[in-house]
Amino acid sequence: MPDATGTAVTSTPRALRYLVLQGVTWMAAALVAGAFAWMLADIIWQGAGRLDWSFVTTSPKSAGRSGGIAPILVSTLLILTVAIAVAAPLGLATAVLLSEFTRHGGHAGRWIGLSLDVLAGVPSIVFGIFGNAFFSVWLGLGFSILAGGLTLACMALPILIRIAESGLRAVPNDWRLGAAALGMSRATVLCQVLIPAATPALVAGLMLGIGRAMAETAALVFTSGYVDRMPSSLFDSGRAISVHIYDLTMNVAGGDRSAYASALVLIALLIIINGAAIGLADRALTRRITPI
Amino acid sequence: MRVKKLSRFGIAVALFTTFSSMAHAAENKLVLTGSSTVAPLAAEIGKRFEERNPGVRVDVQSGGSSRGITDARSGLADIGMVSRSLKDEENDLKGFTIARDGVGIILNSANSVSALTDQQITGIYTGKITDWSAVGRKAGPITVVNKAEGRSTLELFLHHFKLKASDIKAQVVIGDNQQGIKTVAGNAGAIGYVSVGTAEFEAGQGTPVKLLGMTGIAASVENVRNGSFPLARPLNLVTRDEPSGLVKSFIDFAQSADVHDLIKEQFFVPLGP
Amino acid sequence: MSPSARDARLIWLLSASAVIASGLLLLILLFLAKEAWPVLSHIGAAKFLLDDGWHPTEGTFGLVPMLAASLAMSALAIVLAAPLGVASALFCRFYAPPLIGRIYRWAIILLAGIPSVVLGLWGLTVIVPLIIWLSPPGTSLLAGSLILTLMMVPTVALTTEAALAAVPQSYWSGAAALGLSREGTILGIALPATRASIFAGILLATARALGETMAVLMVSGNVVQVPKSLFDPVRTLTANIALEMAYATGDHRASLFVSGLVLTLLVLALAAAARHTGGQVVHA
Repeated sequence: MPDATGTAVTSTPRALRYLVLQGVTWMAAALVAGAFAWMLADIIWQGAGRLDWSFVTTSPKSAGRSGGIAPILVSTLLILTVAIAVAAPLGLATAVLLSEFTRHGGHAGRWIGLSLDVLAGVPSIVFGIFGNAFFSVWLGLGFSILAGGLTLACMALPILIRIAESGLRAVPNDWRLGAAALGMSRATVLCQVLIPAATPALVAGLMLGIGRAMAETAALVFTSGYVDRMPSSLFDSGRAISVHIYDLTMNVAGGDRSAYASALVLIALLIIINGAAIGLADRALTRRITPI
Repeated sequence: MRVKKLSRFGIAVALFTTFSSMAHAAENKLVLTGSSTVAPLAAEIGKRFEERNPGVRVDVQSGGSSRGITDARSGLADIGMVSRSLKDEENDLKGFTIARDGVGIILNSANSVSALTDQQITGIYTGKITDWSAVGRKAGPITVVNKAEGRSTLELFLHHFKLKASDIKAQVVIGDNQQGIKTVAGNAGAIGYVSVGTAEFEAGQGTPVKLLGMTGIAASVENVRNGSFPLARPLNLVTRDEPSGLVKSFIDFAQSADVHDLIKEQFFVPLGP
Repeated sequence: MSPSARDARLIWLLSASAVIASGLLLLILLFLAKEAWPVLSHIGAAKFLLDDGWHPTEGTFGLVPMLAASLAMSALAIVLAAPLGVASALFCRFYAPPLIGRIYRWAIILLAGIPSVVLGLWGLTVIVPLIIWLSPPGTSLLAGSLILTLMMVPTVALTTEAALAAVPQSYWSGAAALGLSREGTILGIALPATRASIFAGILLATARALGETMAVLMVSGNVVQVPKSLFDPVRTLTANIALEMAYATGDHRASLFVSGLVLTLLVLALAAAARHTGGQVVHA
C-alpha cells in the first residue's frame, strides 16, 4: 500500500492521468459538438429547402405550411421596437443613476442591484402570465403588439441596465474629474462626456437585450397572441417569429419544414445581432485599455 | 439646439399620428377568441367579411372554448368562439350557432384497426387496455392522446362515455385539435379524439390520420348533418351584450347562406337547408 | 436654467427611472399574488400540496406531481450537463489545440444563443421519434432532460471557463515549482480554487432549466404524473401554466398563478443560493 501512494508522483500514473483527463475532455467536447452539429445540420438541411426570397416577403398560407413569414417578421420587429423604446431610456437612466449617482456598494445601489438580479432570474413564463394579467387584462391592452412589447421590455431591462452600468463604470475617472474641473454641470458631463464614451457598451447591451427578447416565446404567447396577419396598428395582435415556430411545430401537421425555415431565419438574425454586440463590446474594451 | 427642437417636434408628430391611427383602427376591429375547432372557420369567414367591408379587420385567436367564454365575458374579445352548447351558468352570454360538428376517434393511417366499440374505447382511455393486441390487432403499445382539462372536446367525450376527467390514463396531453392530429400522425400506435371537421380537413391535406365510426355509425359530415352521429355539437359564437353594430353584422353574416361554402370546405355542417 | 437646477432635475429623472425599474419586481410579485389570492383564500394552500392529482374542473389542485416532474427533469439534466460543461471548459482551456479550442468556444456561445423554441422543434422532430423507437410514446422525461442538457451545457461551460481564467498566475507557477504535473494542478488546485464559481454556475443553469417552458412543453408529453421511469411522459410546472393558461378561468386560472408563484420562489431560492456561494452572476 505505501507503494501505491508513493507512486502518485512517479511517471506512469501521471501519464495515465494525463491520458484519462485528455480523453474525457475530448469525449465530452466531441459529444456536445456532435449533438450541436447534428441539430444545426438538421435546421440548415430542412430549412434551406423551404427558404428563398419569397419566404421572407409573402404571407403565410394554409396555416404556414406554404407561403412565407413577412407579417411575422413585421410583428416581431414592431414588438422589439416597442420593447426597446420603453426599456432603453428606462434602462439607461437607471444605469446612469447606479454608476454615477450612487456610492459603489451603498445602500440604494445595493437594493436596486439586488432587485434587478432577482428580476433577471424570473422565468419567462412568469413574465408571460404577469404581462397577460397586467398589460392585457388590467390595463386593457388586450392581445396586442403593445402588450407583448411591454412584457419583453420588463424582461430585457435587467440585462440592459447591468451592461450599460458596467460600460459607464469603465469610463476612466479622470474624465469626470477633468470635466468637473472645467466647471461643467453633471448633466453636461453626462451628455457630453460619459454617454458618448460609453456608447459602444450601451449599444452592445441593447443588442444583447434585443437578442434575448427575440428568442423569447413563453412571454409572448399570452400577451401579443398569435394572429399571423400583417398588423395595422400597435393594438393589433401580432405573431412573433418564435411563436410562429412553436405553432408550426405543435399545431400544424406538415408544418415542420416551414418551422425549420423560420428557425433558420431566426438563428441567422440572432447571429447578426449578437455578432454586432460582441464586435461593439470588443471596441469598447480596446477603448478602455487604450491610454488617453 | 435647432436640430434638437426639430427632432423633438418630429417625435411628437410621429407619436400623435401613431395614436390617432390606432384609435381609428380600434373602431373597425373585431377580436374573436376561443375554440380551436371554430377558429379556422371564423378566420375564413373573417377574411370574406373583410373583403365585403373594406377597412374592417377581424382578428381570430384560438385557445379553447373556455377562453372564448372568459374573454367574451371580460370584454377582451368582442366575440367568443365555443364548440359546445352553452351551460346553464353561462346564460348571461348570448349564443349564436353558426354550424354543427362531431367529435370522432382518430388513428394513424398505418393502424389496421377499422372500428372500436364503446367498451373498447372506454377500456383504452381508462388504462385497462394498453396494447393493440387486446382489440385483436398487431401487438404494439397504445399511446393514448387526451385533451387538456377544460377543453370542450374533452367534456363532450367524457359526457358521452360517462367518464370523469380523473378516470383517464393518457400518455400524451394536448391542447388544440391540430396538435392532436399532428401527434397521432407522428405515432403509429396513437389514438386520439378530435373534431370531425378538423380531422377531415387535415386528412384532405394529406396528413396520415383516419377517422373511426362511433357505435357503428361512420364519422362523416353527412351523419353529423342528419343527427345520427352520437357525438355531435353546435359551434357557437357568443357575446356579452346583445350584439349591435359591427358585431351584429358579423354574426348575421356568419349565420347567413353566404358562408355555407366556407363551412363545407372546413367539413362542418351548415345550419338550415 | 442654472447648472445646479439642471442637475437636480436630472437626478430626479434618474431616480424616477430607477424606482420604476426596481419596483418592477415588486409589481410582478404583487400581481401574481393578487391573481392567486382568490383560490388561496378560499381553498387554502394545503390543498395544492395534499390533493391527489391535478383536475381543476373537479376541484383537485395537487401540484406535487408537476413539482416532482420539474425537479426530476432538471436534476437529470444537471447530472448530464455539469460534467459535460466542466469538461468542455477544461477542453477549451487546456487540451484543445488553439484553433479547435477557439472554434469550440465559439460553438458553445452559439449554442447558448439558440432559442429554446428551436431546441423544442428539433427535440420533437428528431429526438422524440428516436425515443418512440425505444419505448413509446417518446414525449417523455428523458426527451425533456436531453433538451435541457443541451441548454445547460453552455451556461456551465462558460461560467467554469471564466472562473478558470481568473485563477491567479501565482497558483500555476507555485504548483509548477512544487513539481506538480499539469493534471495534478488542474485537479488538485485549479478546480478546487474555482469550486464556488463552478457551483454557482451549475445552480444558475438549474434555475434556468426549472424556468424553461416552451422546449419542455413541446417534448415531454404533458401528462400529470409522478414519473416512475425515464420514458414516462410528464408535465412540469412551467408547461402546466403554458398549456392551460390559454383558456383557464376562475379558480383554475388562479391556481395557475399559484404554480407561477411556487415556480418563481423556487427559482429565486436557487439564484439566492448561487449568489451566496460567492460566484459571479453570468447572463449566459
